[in-house]
Formats: sequence, C-alpha cells, structure tokens
Amino acid sequence: MWRGFTLQQFANQCYGNEYDLGKGRQMPVHYGSNELNYLTVSSPIATQVPQAVGAAYGLKMDKKDACAVTYFGDGGTSEGDFHAGMNFAAVLGAPVLFICRNNGWAISTPTSEQFRSDGVAIKGQAYGVRSIRVDGNDALAVYFAVKNARKMAVEEFRPILIEALTYRVGHHSTSDDSSKYRSVDEIEYWRTRRDPVARLRMFLQSNRWWDDENEDLLRQDLRTQMMSVLHNAESKKKPGLSNLFEDVYDVIPQNLKEQEQETQAIVGKYPKDYPSDVPLD
Amino acid sequence: MGLSSIAYDLGSGLNGPMSISHLSSPRQQLAFSAKSCSRACITVRAADGNSGSMRAPPSTVRASKLVTNAVAVKSETASIAATKSGHELLLFEALREGLEEEMERDPRVCVLGEDVGHYGGSYKVTKGLAEKFGDLRVLDTPIAENSFTGMAVGAAMTGLRPIVEGMNMGFLLLAYNQISNNCGMLHYTSGGQFTIPVVIRGPGGVGRQLGAEHSQRLESYFQSVPGLQMVACSTPYNAKGLMKAAIRSENPVILCEHVLLYNLKERIPDEEYVCCLERAELVRPGKDVTILTYSRMRHHVLQAAKSLINKGYDPEIIDIISLKPFDLHTIGNSIKKTHKVLIVEECMRTGGIGASLRASIMDNFWDYLDAPIMCLSSQDVPTPYAGTLEEATVVQPPQIVKAIKQLCG
Repeated sequence: MWRGFTLQQFANQCYGNEYDLGKGRQMPVHYGSNELNYLTVSSPIATQVPQAVGAAYGLKMDKKDACAVTYFGDGGTSEGDFHAGMNFAAVLGAPVLFICRNNGWAISTPTSEQFRSDGVAIKGQAYGVRSIRVDGNDALAVYFAVKNARKMAVEEFRPILIEALTYRVGHHSTSDDSSKYRSVDEIEYWRTRRDPVARLRMFLQSNRWWDDENEDLLRQDLRTQMMSVLHNAESKKKPGLSNLFEDVYDVIPQNLKEQEQETQAIVGKYPKDYPSDVPLD
Repeated sequence: MGLSSIAYDLGSGLNGPMSISHLSSPRQQLAFSAKSCSRACITVRAADGNSGSMRAPPSTVRASKLVTNAVAVKSETASIAATKSGHELLLFEALREGLEEEMERDPRVCVLGEDVGHYGGSYKVTKGLAEKFGDLRVLDTPIAENSFTGMAVGAAMTGLRPIVEGMNMGFLLLAYNQISNNCGMLHYTSGGQFTIPVVIRGPGGVGRQLGAEHSQRLESYFQSVPGLQMVACSTPYNAKGLMKAAIRSENPVILCEHVLLYNLKERIPDEEYVCCLERAELVRPGKDVTILTYSRMRHHVLQAAKSLINKGYDPEIIDIISLKPFDLHTIGNSIKKTHKVLIVEECMRTGGIGASLRASIMDNFWDYLDAPIMCLSSQDVPTPYAGTLEEATVVQPPQIVKAIKQLCG
C-alpha cells in the first residue's frame, strides 16, 4: 500500500474480477504488480528466496542503487530453497534483504517443532550472512533495523537477514481454528497485552500526536472504505473465458486455440451447467 | 552461400571420416562404409521450399543474412564438394557459438550453472565465456539446482535473460519445483505482467555407462508442465540455431541436449541463422512410412534407414525437434502421405514423448492411418550400469529395421 497499490486493487485481486492485474488466475492475497516492482506471489514456500537473490543479481550487474527484499515465515526457513538461497546470496554478495516474520507458528507447528536452532538469526550467521534480530512488535525498531539493513545491503553488496519476532494472533487461514492446538489464554494475552498497533498508538498518544477521537474517526473511515471497495470488487464482472488460455505462452499456440474452441463450444451448449457470470469471450 | 552438410556415407570420402565413433560400435561403422549411398548431403533450405538458395521468409527478415525458419532437408544430389564455405565444428562448439553470439548481441543474457565459469562447463559448452564476459555474466553457482533455477526465475522476472545449465539434466529434478510451479506459471498467474525468458539446458539421455541417475530422460517429466516450451537438438546445425532461438524467446524454454552427441561434427553456415522452436525437421523425404524421432535416436534411425533403403523401402524421416508443442503441421502432412507411423524414442514406454505423440496423432489424424502407430521406446527400467544391459535398454537400428518391415510388409 505504501508503494501505491490501492485498497481497491487488493479487493479486486481477492475477488479475481476483470480489474485484477492477475486476471483472476491466482488465489487471494497472491497479488503482484510489475509497475510497483512487486513480484507476483506464488504459493510454494520459500521459492521466493532464491528468486529474490536472482533479482538482486540483476541489480548488482546493473550496479543499481537498489536492493531486493523477500519475506517469509519461521516455517519457510526449513525449506531447502531458504538455505540454498541464503548460501548463494552470501557467495554472490547479492544486495538482498531476507526478512523473516517469526510469529511462532506454521499452521499448527510451533517453532519448537520447526527447528532446534536459536531462532532464525543464527541460520544466517551459519551462511556468513550478517543477521539482525528485532522485536517485530515494535514498529520503530523494525523501521530502523530495516533502514540500516538496506544501507548495508546496497552500499556493501551483501545480503542481510532480519528476524522479526512476533506472535500470530489470528488463525493461519479461514479454514483453520487455532484454538484446537493452542490455548485460548495464550492467544488472548498476545492479542490484548502485546498488540503492536496498540503499542504504537500509545506511543503516539503519549507524545500528543494522536488521540482517541482521531482513532475512532480513522477506524470508522477505514471500515467504510473497506466495505466500499469489497462491495465494489464483488459487483464487477469476472474475466472472460479467453483469459483461461492467454498468457500461458507469449503467443497462444495452436493446441491451446483448439482447446479454447472446444471449451467455448461446451460452455455455450450447456450454459446452465456453468457459472452464468463468465463471458464466453 | 553456405551449405551445411553431414556426410553419413564414409564411402564418399569427400569430407573424410565422420566423427561418429560415439554413436556406433566399430562393427557398425564398418557396415556403414560398405554400403555406398548417394544421398549423403544435407542442404539447408528456406522454409518456402526453394533449395540451393537461402532466402529468409519475408515475415521474419532481420539482418540481411539471417535465415530464420531454416529447415535442413536432405537433397538428392551430393554436392558437398561444390562449396567449402561454412565452417566445421562439433556440436558442443556449435552450442557455444550460439551462446556467445547471443551474449554479444544482448547484454542481458547471462549463464548460471555449476562449473560454467573458468572451468568452462563439464561438456565445455561455456568454455572461454567467463574470460570474455566476466564472472558475473557467466556465474559459477554452489551446488543447489533449485537455488540457481529459482535465481534465474527471479532474474528473468526483473529483466535479465538467464540460461541455466544443469550439469546433467537429471539434476534438474531438484529444480522441478521452481520449474513447474514458478517458471511455467508466473507469466500466467501474474496476469501477463512478468515474463520468464529463461533457457534451461543440459545433457540428458542414456550415455555410456553413466549409471541410472545420470541417464534420465527429463523430456517425459516436463512435457506436461503448462507454460514451458521444450526442444531437443540433434545436430550441430540445429543445436546452434535452437540455442539462439531459445535465448530470444520470451517463453521459458527447455533445451534438451544428448550426452553422446556433443562430439558430432558438421559443417555449418558462416552467416547468422536461427532455427524455429516450433518446427520439426524433415530429414529425409519418403513415401512408405513416417518415422518420427528426436535427439540421439535420429542417428539410429538414419543408420537403420541405410539398411531399409537397400531393401527397397522409402521411409520419410522427421526429427520432431519441438517436443512441446509438437509440430503437428509437419507431422500431419507426412502422415497424410504415408499413412503409417513409427515413433522411435529414448524415453521410457510409459508416459514418454512417444506416448503423448501417439495420443496427439490419434486425435488429429486417425482417418489417415492405415495401421496402428508403432512406437519403439526404452523399457520401464532404470538404466543399468553394465554396458551390455545398458545397450539393451536403448532402441538399436536392427529393431527399427524390423519394426518397419512389420509395419510396411
């Protein structure tokens, strides 16, 4: 959002409507924007780690004043791609930031069952990557950690690993009920007493840069905005059937053209058996 | 004008003995030279059918001397001695030449792989390139196929044109996640925002006692992945042309090389040319039966063809080149002429290229077939180390001859 991806665009992606930049092809929250230099999210875990190193490789070759950044969770640090990517970044001297959100849980797997190392920061050290451990619930600390990390990465051509410690208060996804594998008290404690947003708010309020009234107004305004963009996104048309076959290759090949014609014929012949809001073209 | 030629007949003696010692046993080589065959020359023809002159099809004219969509066709007259232009080289050198030319042409092209830098690559395809283009453009990687393939995907999405070299195709199985889930998919799932112009290449196929893990035929595993294109080179001419075409393509392309074909020698044109990634190669026109093959099996088929021609058969031999998607246009035209098909492949019987190709042919050309499609493949076994056993897992020329006799009567 900070880069300019609007709330409406987020909503469009979640609903996979015709305004979605991804043309309805990826699941919610798997957004991407070439314009904003944000590579489309893909589901397999930690595959983005070597890809970020590849992007940094390009930046290094072009000697750009920029770095690549990639995000993953505590669970992602068990994947082979994480280790391979880190090692490579160190050897190559790639300007990349590896930001790990260690929130204690990978679905139902706590970090004690994910690894026995001293968290994630030590894994970076093992590969010769300078690592920072920071309180992930402290907005200002995270800001300064990342700012300094970026400076090091860009000026010294080296990767930096940042482990941001936090806690996953919500469920993993809408199909998860985390009270099944952890105590409700624990969740409540972190939600009420250790909330990072509340912490920042209290800091702002104590400096008289914010107050309860502003808070209420902001929340109301955001809620209205959210309802509006979601409603808007829901009401838009879905991408047409031809989007099923485009962009598999740069130019649609003959076999896909034939498959498209067959599909159009079937859907056209039995419209009642197919969703009614998908245009045939 | 340059002509490319492969002398398959030792008897002609015009180009001297052929370096095909890797392909056949000494006994077979002797059998070769005993039979004289006038169809010894392959000339390069533009796709519009004019032989003897090289004219680029109008739709793809680039530099004045660049020939695209060039298809190597065997001509009736042996005219090797007619011209000595062009230059002779081995297949791995042809790959290197193609790679070097593309790296010179476009500064975004880079190579990643194990030992590709100063070592020059295990099969010397990248020899000298690190000295010429620098260590960053010809990058030596740690041993992590999924890592450097993932890197290539990320680099491609942000503007580079990387070429990933797997030391052996089989090792790229470690990168299968990145190749299938990301490489093939991200152009689609990003809504067309990001392209992945990577080339993934390496030697595959059954070698000389390399063991089961080094004898993988990865084309079977990749053929189903949406978003990928796959080609197999078989001669120095098409190796160079396909390498260049693959690098220039906006799609991810898998270039399958064969470990035993790297020392194949051929004379190729001096002027620049690019082959078509989607076009099959008509190696020998005929009217009795269509033989579809690719990679090393092309050469086994050609050996068998000598025997068949002497027995009076007239096989049409097509090197399918494009494994994904199949060039059904060329294949179909052939089937409409001959009505009989034999597929000769090195893949395993189950789930191989032949299996897919048979299904495609049945779907599209059922009415033109006079007989069930025959397919010669390797057995569904891991390749054993013992040389005698290994030889039995690869389709040999006598099998091909027998199959044609069965098919044609």
